[in-house]
Amino acid sequence: MAAAVPAVGWVRAAAALLLGCCGAALASGVQDQAEQFFRSGHTNNWAVLVCTSRFWFNYRHVANTLSVYRSVKRLGIPDSHIVLMLADDMACNPRNPKPATVFSHKNMELNVYGDDVEVDYRSYEVTVENFLRVLTGRIPPSTPRSKRLLSDDRSNILIYMTGHGGNGFLKFQDSEEITNVELADAFEQMWQKRRYNELLFIIDTCQGASMYERFYSPNIMALASSQVGEDSLSHQPDLGIGVHLMDRYTFYVLEFLEEIHPASQTNMNDLFQVCPKSLCVSTPGHRTDLFQRDPQNVLITDFFGSVRKVEITTERISLDPDLADFERKLPKDELAMEPLKYAEQLPVAQIIHQKPKQKDWHPPGGFILGLWALIIMVFFKTYGIKHMKHIF
Amino acid sequence: SGGMLAAALLLLLLAAGPWPGPGPVPVRAGRDALREELLLSPLPDGDPRGTRWGGQGLTLPAVSHYRLFPKALGRLVAALGVRELHLALTQGFWRTRVWGQPPLQAPAGAELWVWFQPTVTDVDKAWEELSNILSGIFCASLNFIDSTNTVTPTASFKPLGLANGTDHHLLRYAVLPREVVCTENLTPWKKLLPCGSKAGLAVLLKAERLFHSSYHSQAVHIRPICRDASCLAVSWELRQTLTVVFDTFSSGQGKKDWSLFKMFSRTLTDACPLASQSKVYVDISPKNKEKELLEVAPPPTSVHEAIVQGDKRTYAVYDLLSPSVFNTSRSLNVQLKWKRPQDSLDLPTPILHAQRYVSGYGLQTGEISTLIYNTHPYRAFPVILLETVPWYLRLYVHTLTIITKGKENKPSYIHYQPAQDRRRPHLLEMLIQLPANSVTKITIQFERALLKWTEYTPDPNHGFYVSSSVLSALVPSVIAMKDVDVEQSPLFTSLFPSSDGSSYFVRLYTEPLLVNLPTPDFSMPYNVICLTCTVVAVCYGSFYNLLTRTFHVEEPSRGGLAKRLANIIRKFRGVPPL
Repeated sequence: MAAAVPAVGWVRAAAALLLGCCGAALASGVQDQAEQFFRSGHTNNWAVLVCTSRFWFNYRHVANTLSVYRSVKRLGIPDSHIVLMLADDMACNPRNPKPATVFSHKNMELNVYGDDVEVDYRSYEVTVENFLRVLTGRIPPSTPRSKRLLSDDRSNILIYMTGHGGNGFLKFQDSEEITNVELADAFEQMWQKRRYNELLFIIDTCQGASMYERFYSPNIMALASSQVGEDSLSHQPDLGIGVHLMDRYTFYVLEFLEEIHPASQTNMNDLFQVCPKSLCVSTPGHRTDLFQRDPQNVLITDFFGSVRKVEITTERISLDPDLADFERKLPKDELAMEPLKYAEQLPVAQIIHQKPKQKDWHPPGGFILGLWALIIMVFFKTYGIKHMKHIF
Repeated sequence: SGGMLAAALLLLLLAAGPWPGPGPVPVRAGRDALREELLLSPLPDGDPRGTRWGGQGLTLPAVSHYRLFPKALGRLVAALGVRELHLALTQGFWRTRVWGQPPLQAPAGAELWVWFQPTVTDVDKAWEELSNILSGIFCASLNFIDSTNTVTPTASFKPLGLANGTDHHLLRYAVLPREVVCTENLTPWKKLLPCGSKAGLAVLLKAERLFHSSYHSQAVHIRPICRDASCLAVSWELRQTLTVVFDTFSSGQGKKDWSLFKMFSRTLTDACPLASQSKVYVDISPKNKEKELLEVAPPPTSVHEAIVQGDKRTYAVYDLLSPSVFNTSRSLNVQLKWKRPQDSLDLPTPILHAQRYVSGYGLQTGEISTLIYNTHPYRAFPVILLETVPWYLRLYVHTLTIITKGKENKPSYIHYQPAQDRRRPHLLEMLIQLPANSVTKITIQFERALLKWTEYTPDPNHGFYVSSSVLSALVPSVIAMKDVDVEQSPLFTSLFPSSDGSSYFVRLYTEPLLVNLPTPDFSMPYNVICLTCTVVAVCYGSFYNLLTRTFHVEEPSRGGLAKRLANIIRKFRGVPPL
């Protein structure tokens, strides 16, 4: 009896220990999952979408940018957090047979322009300088809020660029270009000013991979539509509109994004697989060595969507229904002594007799003074100093 | 041109002001109110024209309590000391000669003119801030407004609201003729409306139909007005107007009858619940004093007669707030049918219209000509012409000629401010008397400047725009206008305050001009660098070689191992070595 009890006690202790270990393991597993949920570390999402091409035949670049804009809005990023730069207007272009529309699929199936679009930088405002100022935040003080990238160190930013490019540069509006070194330096400035938490850079141009070769700041993931030495090709023309509607890479990215909804768990590895060489003709590339997390764990909605963390409270809050008291506090209006009048639209008599503005008197400038001094000196030198006393 | 098509003018007017109107809550003086109106009227050559006007009012100084008045504009007006603000974004050109006098015309592109309060000390700084803030609100490139395209008119653009003294140094006027207007400008415009585009007359505003038109103009006007008939208190009025001229021929399968559904692909379902008044006016004025040509369906609530622009007009009115309108069907689709073929549809030529063009050849000089027509048979009236020409077209004022009926016409008032390169544009304002039934031709010659190569736009071969000239005139009316109570008359008649009924004020704009400047070949810097570098390299390289190259005699090499071994064997053989 005395021997059995310690034995049972020993078994019981062992069982308890085992259970304890399992419990600890399970608990840490749950805690890991909970940590995973919060590990992305961002609290807000921004998007900077840039189309750098001008002229009607570059319709596809505007359609590319607008389809990313549409997806990003659909997945939850509001207009106030999107900086959209379109270098030319295709929707209301006189050559557009269907005004106020930009289509991405032939036979005019999908209008990516929509009815609720806000373009922040239009037409001539899309320049390299403005783009770099938006990224780095070094903007003149009079810039309105909608044109600023007001990100902080907990922001995930999506940057999408499309247009014509080459090995190491991207062309802006056929008149200037931005090099990969400048872009990398801009991102480094953003990192040093803590203007982003994580950054996803997507570029759809010819030889796009050259643009992300020079990045050196942490937490950047980059995708490009073609490798160095390859051209990115356009997808399909529409015979009614007369131009190519989209580029291949962005077309397949759009199809991929159309299946994503705000609660999707799709990760970045799936985005890397979009548009293999058989469909795209060029080889899309990506770069993840600067990114700290594993792309397997990065959700698409971390960059393309804006997932808010909501806390539900059951507290009761009562709004003040006493409006009369508030209205009593409004300041009283002043009443004029005599009735006010509207201005006369064409007061002919007053206009004709308008006194001409007195020309402001400016003191003579240095040149005139010098000229007169020279003339006087020459005169007195030639004719002698004795004339001076007649003057002074 | 010349197609006999039904046209419609759509006028939506939203006006809000402290209104002593009926409502569930007694409206205090100090409350803002909303009025919306839609005016449809056929145009002579058949294009439907729609204008939608909206206005809201807010009493000063209760600028902290925004109910209907949009807070964005209210705060802007208060912070920058703005007395009046008029912003118009337009695509297309109003063809006055064919379509008649416009109710409110705007020049192509973006036009902004502002009167500041006398308390503003630095008007230029406030103007710059204002244009930047508005560019953010309306998604337009208004931030390009700077001193190179801003002028201070001295005789035109008198305030449209209450004013006690008009020091023109408080006025600024700028036009951006190159500005494009598209859905991104309409979206913020719609967001300023209290009901948005969800209820009321604004449900008709869908971008795809509105931009498929010959003329599209949206505007925002803020001005102080009399609060009531006694005019002892002031309140703010915000008027939002949208004028569209539809081309039924191209979009309506060539039929002449039109309806709301055909034009907008939508019908009206209800009035905006926040509006105190919501009406649709259809212009059924008989033309040429014959009996009516037009028939409207469903039958209107009432018929209203008014004198608009000096002429008597009849309108069929649909009051969306009256219960009878939506009684039978849930939606209102106003239809207009022509009773008989429109061979005789002919609007009389407007009394004042103008035309402008540029002539000359080559890329050095040119001439701007403006033709102003006064078609009134016996009345003469003065007109103010305001021209703003960019600095890179150097005007020669000594070549300015004004010729009427073959004789020279000297203006009663002329104000000319010459341009300063890269700082200020030319401003030319003239008060010209137009004799009855005459054509006045104003010509001025200019020379084109060569810009610095960084100042060209990315598409310089498109050309450079010269903004429209503005003609302001008091045109004699055909029928004298009686003094009407402003609150009861439709909104589209009350934008320009009229002093007496014998004439009405009209502001016309001419066409903008497109001028080619001498454009350099932008690849030349690259070419020059390549050529110069090659020449320098060849010259320098040759000289360097000549000066530093030395010649040494070189021993023939002994040869490799194989050769040496072969030579040893040959020596043994007695044969000469390799």
